[in-house]
Amino acid sequence: MSFKSPLEGIDEKFEMIQILNEDGEMVNEDAMPDLSDDDLVELMRRMVYTRVLDQRSIALNRQGRLGFYAPTAGQEASQLGSHFALEKEDFLLPAYRDVPQLIWHGLPLYQAFLFSRGHFHGNQMPEDLNAVSPQIIIGAQITQAAGVALGLKRRGKKNVAITYTGDGGASQGDFYEGMNFAGAYQAPAIFVVQNNQFAISVPVEKQSAAKTIAQKAAAVGVPGYLVDGMDVLAVYQVTKEARERAINGEGPTLIETMTYRYGPHTMAGDDPTRYRTDDMDDEWEKKDPLVRFRKYLEGKDLWSEDKENEVIEKAKEEIKAAIKKADGQDKQKVTDLISIMHDKLPYNLEEQMEEYKEKESK
Amino acid sequence: MAQMTMIQAITDALRTELKNDENVLVFGEDVGQNGGVFRATEGLQEEFGEERVFDTPLAESGIIGMSVGLSTQGFRAVPEIQFFGFVYEAMDAVSGQAARMRYRSGGRWHAPITIRSPFGGGVHTPELHADSLEGLMAQQPGLKVVIPSNPHDAKGLLISAIRDNDPVIFLEHMKLYRSFREEVPEEEYTEEIGKAKVKREGKDITLIAYGAMVHSALKAAEELEKEDIDAEVIDLRTVSPIDIETIVESVKKTNRAVVVQEAQRQAGIAASVVSEIQERAILHLEAPVLRVAAPDTVYPFSQAEEVWLPNYEDIVEKAKQSINF
Ligand SMILES: Cc1ncc(C[n+]2csc(CCOP(=O)(O)OP(=O)(O)O)c2C)c(N)n1
Ligand SMILES: [Mg+2]
Repeated sequence: MSFKSPLEGIDEKFEMIQILNEDGEMVNEDAMPDLSDDDLVELMRRMVYTRVLDQRSIALNRQGRLGFYAPTAGQEASQLGSHFALEKEDFLLPAYRDVPQLIWHGLPLYQAFLFSRGHFHGNQMPEDLNAVSPQIIIGAQITQAAGVALGLKRRGKKNVAITYTGDGGASQGDFYEGMNFAGAYQAPAIFVVQNNQFAISVPVEKQSAAKTIAQKAAAVGVPGYLVDGMDVLAVYQVTKEARERAINGEGPTLIETMTYRYGPHTMAGDDPTRYRTDDMDDEWEKKDPLVRFRKYLEGKDLWSEDKENEVIEKAKEEIKAAIKKADGQDKQKVTDLISIMHDKLPYNLEEQMEEYKEKESK
Repeated sequence: MAQMTMIQAITDALRTELKNDENVLVFGEDVGQNGGVFRATEGLQEEFGEERVFDTPLAESGIIGMSVGLSTQGFRAVPEIQFFGFVYEAMDAVSGQAARMRYRSGGRWHAPITIRSPFGGGVHTPELHADSLEGLMAQQPGLKVVIPSNPHDAKGLLISAIRDNDPVIFLEHMKLYRSFREEVPEEEYTEEIGKAKVKREGKDITLIAYGAMVHSALKAAEELEKEDIDAEVIDLRTVSPIDIETIVESVKKTNRAVVVQEAQRQAGIAASVVSEIQERAILHLEAPVLRVAAPDTVYPFSQAEEVWLPNYEDIVEKAKQSINF
C-alpha cells in the first residue's frame, strides 16, 4: 500500500492574497483595510518618495558619492505596506535592502547615506528609534527578532518585533530557528520574507523544494501567509492582522511577499542580465506597485500628476539637503572605532588609542 | 605560459582539477550560472555541467556540512564561501566537523574539502565582507590554511589543496584578484602546501608576511634599501602549518625579524611566528622580533580602513626600530 502524501493539497492552502489587481482594480472588497483617505495618500507619497530615493541613490553611487547600496525599486509595496501597519514603538530588524523602512520608522536620511558610506554614525540608531542597523549577515536578524519579541512580551509591552529577509534568507538555519523560537514562546514577532525571486543570481526555485516560503511556517506551528508583494493594500492588511494577533498574545506570523527588484542586487558589480531575461523584467514591471496604486487612487480622485510631482520635488530637495549634511560629517577615525569597542578599554586598545591618535594627528 | 590575474589563475586551477578528477565538485552561492560574485568560477558550469558546478541554497552551514557528507561518498568538494566573514555561519561544520572527521572516525572517514573564500580588506565592502580570519582557522587542529600572494602560487597551491586528503582553507585576498598579471604556466603544476618562499634575499633583517602584505613588505624592502638596509622578504604562503625552517634559517642569517599581518594584532598568525622564532633562535637575535598588525578593533567601517590597515610605511618603521635597537 502507499500512504497519502501529507503534502497533498498543500499548495491550495497557500494561495496568494491580493486586494488590488495589476490594473488597480479592487478584487477583494472584504479584505479592504480600514484606512482613511489621508492614510491612502500617505502610503502613495511614501512609495513615490522611496522610488525617487532609490533613483537618486543609484545615481549618487555611480558618481562615486554613496558607497554600498542595495536597490529597492519594485519592492516599495512590500517594504512600505508592511511598515505602515506598525506603531512607532514597534521594533524593527531590517536587512541591507530595508533602509526605506528604517527611514520611515525615523532614521534621518543623512544617516542612511552615512550607512552607505561606511561611516559608523550611519549605524547609530537615534535614541527614540526602536531598531537595529541593517543586517548584513543573511538570517542573523531573524533569531534576534525572536529575542526582541520575547523581551517585549516579558516587559508587558503591546508592541511587536518585525524583521525582514529575502527568499534566499529563508534557506538559512536561522530562519527556522527564529520562527521556531518565537512560536515556542508565542512571542509577538512578524517575519517578513520579501520574495523578489532571486538571491543575487540564484532563482527561488533552486532554494528549496517547497513551492512557497509561506508554508515553511507550518512546520513550526506558525501561520504563514503568501501575499501579492506588489499590492500595497494586501501587504498592509496582512501585516496589520499579524500585528493584532501578536499583541493579543497569539504569537508570531510569517508573511511572504511576492515581489521583484528591478535593479541589480547591489551596486557593486552585479549584472542581472547574467541570470534574468528582459521578458521576466517586463512581466514584473507590469505588476508595478506604484502604477497599480496610482490608478486606484486616481479613480478615487485622491491622486494626480501635480501631487506626484510635488512629492518628487520635495524628495529631491530633502535628499540633496541630506547629502550635504552627510558630506559635512567628520571623517571616520580609527580612534572613534577603538572607543566603541568596549565599555572599558583593555590595555592593548588603550595603547593603540594613543598610537592612532598620533597617526591621525599627522 | 599565459599572462593571468590571480582570479584567472584560480579559475584555471579549478578547471584543471575538474578535468583531472571526476570526483571534484565545485559549488556555493552564485557559483554556477553567475560564475561567482568575483567570477572565480566563470564558465565552469557551462564546461562541466550542473552536476559538477552548481549553485546551492543560501546557507553556509549547509554548504560545508554537505561537503563533509559528500566526502563519505568519495567526492572532493570545493565549496566557496562567498566572503570569508560568512564562515561564522558555518563554524561548526568547518571546525567542529570537517576538521575532526579523520580524527573522530579513527581514519575510517576523511574530509578532502577545499574551502575557497575571498578575504582581506581595502576594497570598501560592507560589514563582515573584509575580515582576516586566518588566525581563527589556524587555531583549529585538523585544518590547513593556505594564502597565496600571486597568480602563480594561487594556481599551484589550489591544485595541491584540492588533491590534499584533508580539509584546506584557501583564502584569496580580494585586493589581489585583479591587481596585477603575471606569467602562469598553462599546464598543471603544484606548489607544496606548508612551504614558504623567499621573495627577496637580504642580509640585514627578515620581513615575514603573507597575502597582500607580501607586496607591502616588498615595497618596504625597496624603501629600506635606499637607506642601505638589506631586507629579506619571506612569503609564508601557508599560515598553518607554518614553514618554520625557512624562517629560522633566514633569521639566523639576518638576526632580526619583523612579522607582518593584515589581521588584528591579538592572538594572530604573527604571534605564533614570533614565538616559534624566539624558541628556536633566540641566541641569534640582535633585537626583539616585532610585529606589524592592525589594531584590535572589529574590522572598520569602510571609511576608516585606509588608516586602519597596516601599510609599507608601518613595516619600514618597525624594521628601523629593530635595526636601531
Ligand atoms: C550569511 C551570508 N551569506 C551570504 C551573503 C552574501 N549575500 C548577500 S545578499 C545575498 C542574497 C540574498 O538574497 P535574498 O535573501 O533573496 O535577499 P535579496 O538580496 O534578494 O533582497 C547573498 C548571498 C551574506 N550577506 N550573508
Ligand atoms: Mg531575493
